[in-house]
Amino acid sequence: MSRTFQDAQEKKRKQEAYQQLVAKRKPKPPYLRHFLVAFLVGGSLCALGQFILNIFMRRGMDMNAASAPTLAVMILFGIVLTALGVYDEIAEFAGAGAAVPITGFANTVAACAMDFKREGWVLGMGSKMFVIAGPVLVYGVLSGVSAAFIKYVTGL
Amino acid sequence: MAPKKTGKATVKFGNPPVIIGTGSVVGPMEGRGPLAEDFDAVLPDMTFGENTSEKAERKLLEQAAWIAIERSGIDKGMIDYYVAGDLLNQIISASFSARQLEIPFMGVYGACSTCAMGTAMGSMIIDGGFADYVLVACSSHYHTAERQFRYPIELNVQHKETSQYTVTGAGAIVLASSGSGPKVTWATTGKVVDLGVKDPYNFGAAMAPAACDTLLVHLADTGCSPDEYDLILTGDLGIIGSQLFIELAQEAGCDVGNNHRDCGLMIFDRKAQRVGAGASGCACAAVVTFGHVLKEMKRGSLKRILLIATGALLSPLSFQQGESIPGIGHAIAIEV
Repeated sequence: MSRTFQDAQEKKRKQEAYQQLVAKRKPKPPYLRHFLVAFLVGGSLCALGQFILNIFMRRGMDMNAASAPTLAVMILFGIVLTALGVYDEIAEFAGAGAAVPITGFANTVAACAMDFKREGWVLGMGSKMFVIAGPVLVYGVLSGVSAAFIKYVTGL
Repeated sequence: MAPKKTGKATVKFGNPPVIIGTGSVVGPMEGRGPLAEDFDAVLPDMTFGENTSEKAERKLLEQAAWIAIERSGIDKGMIDYYVAGDLLNQIISASFSARQLEIPFMGVYGACSTCAMGTAMGSMIIDGGFADYVLVACSSHYHTAERQFRYPIELNVQHKETSQYTVTGAGAIVLASSGSGPKVTWATTGKVVDLGVKDPYNFGAAMAPAACDTLLVHLADTGCSPDEYDLILTGDLGIIGSQLFIELAQEAGCDVGNNHRDCGLMIFDRKAQRVGAGASGCACAAVVTFGHVLKEMKRGSLKRILLIATGALLSPLSFQQGESIPGIGHAIAIEV
């Protein structure tokens, strides 16, 4: 065996041993707390959405017509909380409970807009507003098209 | 054979440079931490009256430099070199502060190890006879670092237990060929060590092997034992990195448990201030060492310390491309 090969083997062994040690010393996230808080906060946001939807429906809109203004209200709500510097605090506490609902999606766009505004309206805010939200849109559209295609082909 | 070099990677200063002035400026959160009283200035807010965080960081660095110059009692014009660095692309905080200071400038990058690396280089310049006075400084800012390495400030992310909180602040020292004050006696230049840690939210684990390597090389080169130092101070390993550092050192037959402390665990009250595994950033080791530890040395409670400032030499690009995180640790010994 050549010297360099032995060295490489030794290095690899050392790396693996260290990575095992790191995995052992890494604190385990409090999953139960995370699940519970995400469920409660996420659920509350959804309940709020339902409440607003009901208001629009009571004013005579049907379900389909009422969902668009409901989403607009929730997006506005998310943006206002972001602008006030509150939404990231909620997310720090609630994790996915704040990130997954549409208010979280609004937050990703608003947070980027706020952050990159300093680099100008065009090259800053305009071009970087969707840095975080972009992948959601791209793969959202892609999976939508795929689902529609499968439906069309199989005739379900 | 280089006459001042001892062993593999250590320099012994024949005429040890003296730290004649220090300056430390921190942000509001650091100002509520346990070391608050030792910092020279605490900012009331993160923006420092500027319209961008980058400008605020620059101003922090300039202010720390000015305080150090003032405390040293010498005229700015007498300083031969300004050695500075920070975390931002093209080290703009350092370069732009040099624009204001108008001192011949050497910009350096060592990530969070910059303060020890800069001090070692400044000391070499002085002991080599190339300068009488060298100003060394570095800075970091929570907002600028988050923007560059992670996410926008207001984004809905939940910080992990292993992630570390970047210190907002700047530290500076004036090194002189003569005068009174603590002296820089040894400097050990670290080598890049990478044991394949890829998690950008666990810097402590990525840097611990480098810190340990530098410690062992330093002790072998100088013939010192860890007990001969009152304090072995690591830069920003945090709680997980510190644990790993102690274990790795123990494995190599070196017991540092008694006199080891980590700057990343000293500057904040980790539990109450919710900073994950601890603090990080160029300013972490700089303000704790230049602000707190050097003052402790002046008060007489510490005589001989070894600072191993640690850095994670990654870029956002490198970890997105799936590369592991190279770590480094630079050591300097300071004695009164």
